[in-house]
Amino acid sequence: MTAATPLPIQSPKPKVKPDMAVEVRIPTILRPHTGGERAVQADGATLSAVIDDLEKNHEGIKERLLENGQLRRFVNVYVNDEDVRFTGGLDTEISDGDTVVILPAVAGGAA
Amino acid sequence: MRFDSLVDSVGHTPLVGLPNLSPSDDVRLWAKLEDRNPTGSIKDRAALSMILAAEADGSLTPGCTILEPTSGNTGISLAMVARQRGYRLICVMPENTSTERRQLLTMWGAEVISSPAAGGSNEAVRVAKRLAEENPDWVMLYQYGNRANADAHYRGTAPEILEDLPSITHFVGGLGTTGTLMGVGRFFRDHKPDVRIVAAEPRYGELVYGLRNLDEGFVPELYDASLIDSRFSVGPRDAVRRVRELIDHEGIFAGISTGAILHAALAQAAKAVKSGERADIVFVVADGGWKYLSTGAYEGTIDEAEERLEGQLWA
Repeated sequence: MTAATPLPIQSPKPKVKPDMAVEVRIPTILRPHTGGERAVQADGATLSAVIDDLEKNHEGIKERLLENGQLRRFVNVYVNDEDVRFTGGLDTEISDGDTVVILPAVAGGAA
Repeated sequence: MRFDSLVDSVGHTPLVGLPNLSPSDDVRLWAKLEDRNPTGSIKDRAALSMILAAEADGSLTPGCTILEPTSGNTGISLAMVARQRGYRLICVMPENTSTERRQLLTMWGAEVISSPAAGGSNEAVRVAKRLAEENPDWVMLYQYGNRANADAHYRGTAPEILEDLPSITHFVGGLGTTGTLMGVGRFFRDHKPDVRIVAAEPRYGELVYGLRNLDEGFVPELYDASLIDSRFSVGPRDAVRRVRELIDHEGIFAGISTGAILHAALAQAAKAVKSGERADIVFVVADGGWKYLSTGAYEGTIDEAEERLEGQLWA
């Protein structure tokens, strides 16, 4: 049966670890920093590195997110929908293809 | 079961297994049916607890007017209790909540003041705080900061679950006022600290977040992050998909916020399966779907439902 296996059409993934490309969704209030874009690409192996990379292309955004090296109180960041405050904060590891969502903290739920 | 009055019947809700959605005999899901409370939501517990506490400490006396910011459910619960005990109730509710909630509040005797849709519940809280300042004789129970809200779950919801399912490993609840998770979280930290506490928070559309300045966000005063272990943000698409699975596979007709909670519960179940661990995951059915039929979440395709929920406070 192995003889009949067709050759793969796509070449296998490179062994070298590529840059971690992730999509970062930007809340309305921060879009002046991204030229109005709702989502931008960034690279980095940790959330901290992703934010540094964002700052390179969108100056001033880091200061809106961080204060004294910590996420600001009313800024929530989610990697693949999970709040990073419970996954290692700024050290949260990022993998290729992850989605990072930045949102202001709001009152919610069926209160 | 016999009770002296309706409010005496709050709590002691069923815990039911989900044989079809549970991945295996070792990883099981259990639904705590809070829609079986007198007004059909988990909020009956918090409302009754807050009123009893305010009566006990003397801040609520006969003839008082109660003021509360609510997206509907807590208001409905408060209205049911307040009317029977002779209090007037004024609710501040965002205008982008479902029409059923408004009608029910009015039926149970509450007066409704609308707050602007933009900003969602934050705005309702802001308006209510201003009204409380202008009317110092009104009593704002303030579910977002009232310890009696969380206590209702410390004394009721959590011990009921532990009694019914001593092998519980995870509790998954919705994050709004944070009362459920804080009360249940504190109970398990005290009585069975290996239980993981998981929060599912609804993620709304642009309208709700649009005008928020990052410096003036809102974190409920009750919230203590040390009482939970992980927190998921769930958008309307996943919430609707799950709420439909719940009715398709288990016959449970739940509100949209429960879909978000189930989504987080299933994520925990998948993790447990992957790591080969046993898990008994309890999640909250916060209310039934009846109050949300007009949102359009229960008919047509998922795409259509998602589109209809844009701009609504669906949980």
